[in-house]
Amino acid sequence: MNESGAPIQPGPETVNDGAPVVAFRNVSISFDGPLVLDDVSFSVAPGETRVLLGPAGVGKSVLLKLVNGLLRPDQGTISLLGHEISHMPEQQLFPLRTRVGMVFQEGALFDSLSVRDNVAYQLIQERVPDDEIDQRVRDALRFVELEETFDLFPASLSGGMRRRVAIARAFIRQPELLLYDSPTGGLDPLTSTTIIELIVKERDVLHTPSLLVTHRLQDAFLLCNHRFDQQTGHMVPLPKGQTDPGTTFLMLEEGRLIFDGTLHELVKSKNPFVREFLE
Amino acid sequence: MRYPVQESGARFNRGTAKAMAIDKIENTAKNLVLTVQDYSLFAYRAFMNLFRPPIYWPEFMVQADIIGVGSLSIVVLSGLSTGGVLALQSAATLSAFGATAITGQFVSLTMIRELGPVLTGVMVSGRNASSMASELGSMVVTEQIDAMRALGVDPMRKLVTPRIASTIVMLLFLTIVADACGIAGGGLVTIFMNHQNGTQYLDMAWEHLRYPDIVQGLVKPLFFGYILSSIGCFYGMRTSGGTQGVGRSTIQAVVWASVLIIFVDFLLTQVLLTFFPL
Repeated sequence: MNESGAPIQPGPETVNDGAPVVAFRNVSISFDGPLVLDDVSFSVAPGETRVLLGPAGVGKSVLLKLVNGLLRPDQGTISLLGHEISHMPEQQLFPLRTRVGMVFQEGALFDSLSVRDNVAYQLIQERVPDDEIDQRVRDALRFVELEETFDLFPASLSGGMRRRVAIARAFIRQPELLLYDSPTGGLDPLTSTTIIELIVKERDVLHTPSLLVTHRLQDAFLLCNHRFDQQTGHMVPLPKGQTDPGTTFLMLEEGRLIFDGTLHELVKSKNPFVREFLE
Repeated sequence: MRYPVQESGARFNRGTAKAMAIDKIENTAKNLVLTVQDYSLFAYRAFMNLFRPPIYWPEFMVQADIIGVGSLSIVVLSGLSTGGVLALQSAATLSAFGATAITGQFVSLTMIRELGPVLTGVMVSGRNASSMASELGSMVVTEQIDAMRALGVDPMRKLVTPRIASTIVMLLFLTIVADACGIAGGGLVTIFMNHQNGTQYLDMAWEHLRYPDIVQGLVKPLFFGYILSSIGCFYGMRTSGGTQGVGRSTIQAVVWASVLIIFVDFLLTQVLLTFFPL
């Protein structure tokens, strides 16, 4: 899916010659009370998928909103696609945000717009010709296997379908970073697996770096233990003992980052909170 | 029988209650100042955006239809009724002085200078400031505003500016409609209920009308349109606390828009009277 309406091609794998796509340095934030995030530092490398784990209410969604400047940190610095955004004016952030795709917790589709107009929202703002928009929206909806919803309105979609449309909206412009805020939250196991399969497909086909927030351990393991088979068009398990090398984990406990590493390191961690979370 | 422990407890409770009351007053005062500051910044940004590209014309037209055409029926009905009431009430008083002939002048001047703009402003704020606050508030609590920002679109320009611009323009025309309906309503009452001469009513309504009266009547809706739409959008955009918060924002928007319209009307009248003395 590109300007000429051609099918979806893999996106850029690197930003600024291997520099981190996102870098948090000693970031803290509070909302008229105790710190929601306390001295958080981590980075997302090009092509990397980072899974942010933690129970509800530890500041995962806040962290995600800090990444593309929807919230501003009280302390610390945040670098996004090579730009320092902690103090960047909102007007300068808008063009930068068009390079980042974000999937919100409940989809956050615009109720008054059809699926076509929701997915094409950015393209419409950029005054892309209608024919090209239709083609690119159909490509994006085909990617999430929802081509038949083209003319429908969000109110007539199920929760899972709304998330899939939100994913299509997030990557229609081939973003350089994808942010997923609890994409499977509140969904049944079957629909959750469909969403995770889409994220794996996006990771393995388009290779876009991403940061995924979830409190569901099974989703995190599924992401790490599977790959997308383009021939069968489905997610398949990796051989026993193997994990996706580009998928790593972060864990938050009451606003503090207590873990940053691979799946192997996560399951071997001796941190009592990590152990309790895993068990 | 005396209970010293209970007495000290009561003293403590009185002290605590006093401290809590002071805290509450302090917090309320701080919140009020903060709200005024936030609104001032919001209103300034919204006003400046009216003159800066990009201007979303399709959104402007949609909102003009919702606000202007959608409010037409309530403005027509309230205008007719108000004009009729004015004619009824004034005729009773004026007949005591044998001056029922000036009913037309009384109704037209009152409608054009004061009641037309104020009534239209209050009616439209009841209908549209509430709808703006609830619509934008719902978008905030369902993260649609954040989604818009994340998609690289400024909600102030996309959602707020078209609503403000269309309200200013449409309120001007709605006020003209309300004025006309008010004079017509007064005329109907004069002819069919007060059994007076209709031609005389219209002559008096027309002949004593001066340009400064019309200017006064047409300047006010520009301010009222800006006030009601910016208040509606402001409370909508700062909604928090889920669906309950949406309800709260809607109430605040209608209350403050109506109160501010009446207060600003007083200030504007004072200023306009210095430019156009009676």
